[in-house]
Amino acid sequence: MNAVYAAMDALLPFEWLGYTFMKNALLAMLLITPLFGMLGTMAVDNKMAFFSDALGHSALTGIAIGVVLGWQSQMASMLIFGIVWAALITFVKHNSKMSADTIISVFSSTSIALGLVVLSRGGAFAKYSSVLVGDVLSVTQGDLLALLVTLIVTAAAWVLLFNPLIETSVNAPLAQSRGVHAKATEYCFTMLVAVAVMMSIRWVGVMLINSLLILPAAASRNVARSAAGYMRLSVLIAMVCGVAGLILSYYMNTSAGAAVVLICAAVYFVTLPLRRK
Amino acid sequence: MTQKITPPTGHRHGADDEVCRQNAACKLCRIEVDGLSVAFGGQTLLKDVSLHIHCGELTALIGTNGAGKTTLLRALLGQVEYKGTVRHLTSDGLPAAAVRTGYVPQQLEFDRSSPVTVMDFMAGALSRRPVFLGVSKRTRAKVMEALTRTHCEKLENRALGALSGGELQRVLLALALTPQPDLLILDEPVSGVDQNGLETFYQTVDELKRKNHMAILLVSHDLDVVQRYADRVVLMQGRVIKQGSPEVVFDSPEFEQVFYARGGRA
Repeated sequence: MNAVYAAMDALLPFEWLGYTFMKNALLAMLLITPLFGMLGTMAVDNKMAFFSDALGHSALTGIAIGVVLGWQSQMASMLIFGIVWAALITFVKHNSKMSADTIISVFSSTSIALGLVVLSRGGAFAKYSSVLVGDVLSVTQGDLLALLVTLIVTAAAWVLLFNPLIETSVNAPLAQSRGVHAKATEYCFTMLVAVAVMMSIRWVGVMLINSLLILPAAASRNVARSAAGYMRLSVLIAMVCGVAGLILSYYMNTSAGAAVVLICAAVYFVTLPLRRK
Repeated sequence: MTQKITPPTGHRHGADDEVCRQNAACKLCRIEVDGLSVAFGGQTLLKDVSLHIHCGELTALIGTNGAGKTTLLRALLGQVEYKGTVRHLTSDGLPAAAVRTGYVPQQLEFDRSSPVTVMDFMAGALSRRPVFLGVSKRTRAKVMEALTRTHCEKLENRALGALSGGELQRVLLALALTPQPDLLILDEPVSGVDQNGLETFYQTVDELKRKNHMAILLVSHDLDVVQRYADRVVLMQGRVIKQGSPEVVFDSPEFEQVFYARGGRA
């Protein structure tokens, strides 16, 4: 790790990168943003913006469960709960005649309320409020390793899932008639999003995590003319905004996650007139 | 393997079977649906449906909304659970091996602002290589060949969501025909398609039927199209209430009952 730091000092001799916590934060941004840029494309194409929002909120319940069980780190409880929650929402969506947004809303409210009830008992919520906004400056080397593994696993799964997701986003029965396991594809994808969200939520925050998933893909759509361009540009926008937001937050002394999302939003609005009619 | 086996049913389609035998490419000769029922959430959607679909023929399913036409298609695609039997048979009455089914779905409700192009969509379906890595030359050639078959090679780089109803249906037909299916299932492929597009579409389908001796199953609301292109018509209303040649079905009291009883003759 010292070699990485030394390389960063040599290649990027900027004032803002002088601190180790800023180096860690930059590395975290470079691992989190491509993850979200990638997953965001198909989240948007499969109309899952609301679903991923609900997943972000469910992190609160994940933490609460960890606290109740007395676990040292709430990472494990968040991950497990996130995956189970994602699968459960998808299952209910498939087996109910209710509209998807009603179902997702029910799940979302339940998990927020449950998380808040448990975590606010005895006025202790202040201890956990950092998860709402996130703090990328507190990333440790161990966290970076976890993010690197998440990115590698997700990218590998993405190679297998991308084509089936394009087909199911157009028409699930058609995809099925061509041998795509539409349901399995959807479950795998929702679980990937759950893992990405849970692994990043402490650094980006419950309130902003969904924006990081949706905005780069939405901005990329304004410009892209093919699936390949869509995906590459979405990753690029996410990464550039991630780094720019981090630098901005350093000089303006504000929340990094919020600055990143704000720049993503700016890119979206600036590219909006370029949309193909 | 040359041993002659008498077809198990008493149904006679001697002439068709003869064509099947002569056509080496035709492994599948007919699909026999027997006593097919579908129930979902305590509701019976289809009851005791029996019909035969033959290669080299266009079989049209007609009926009002909610008559179970799409449900029957999805049962044949193996996408909904059903009771009863569906048998794929060769001209010798033996089970046909590895029957390929091509499917053109009902009007699609997808996100039309996605940048996914016709090439991306086709390549994604025909190749394992993830489309975001770019489309290989071989896949590109395969896609172009497929698109040319339904006269939409010029749509290659258009966004899928920007196509007109007719263009989209021709692209979907191109995909359904790659690789060449034994059974082609078309679900209301012309809703939202202009008159010209409709004519082109059915001429292509008709050509396929004659040249490739394919079995085609069509769901349509356009009775004029059905009358002109169908070889066999099945009138449905939760079950089969009349089937036969277009003339027989269109002149039947059942047809009158379903299409004209409520609103009076148009």
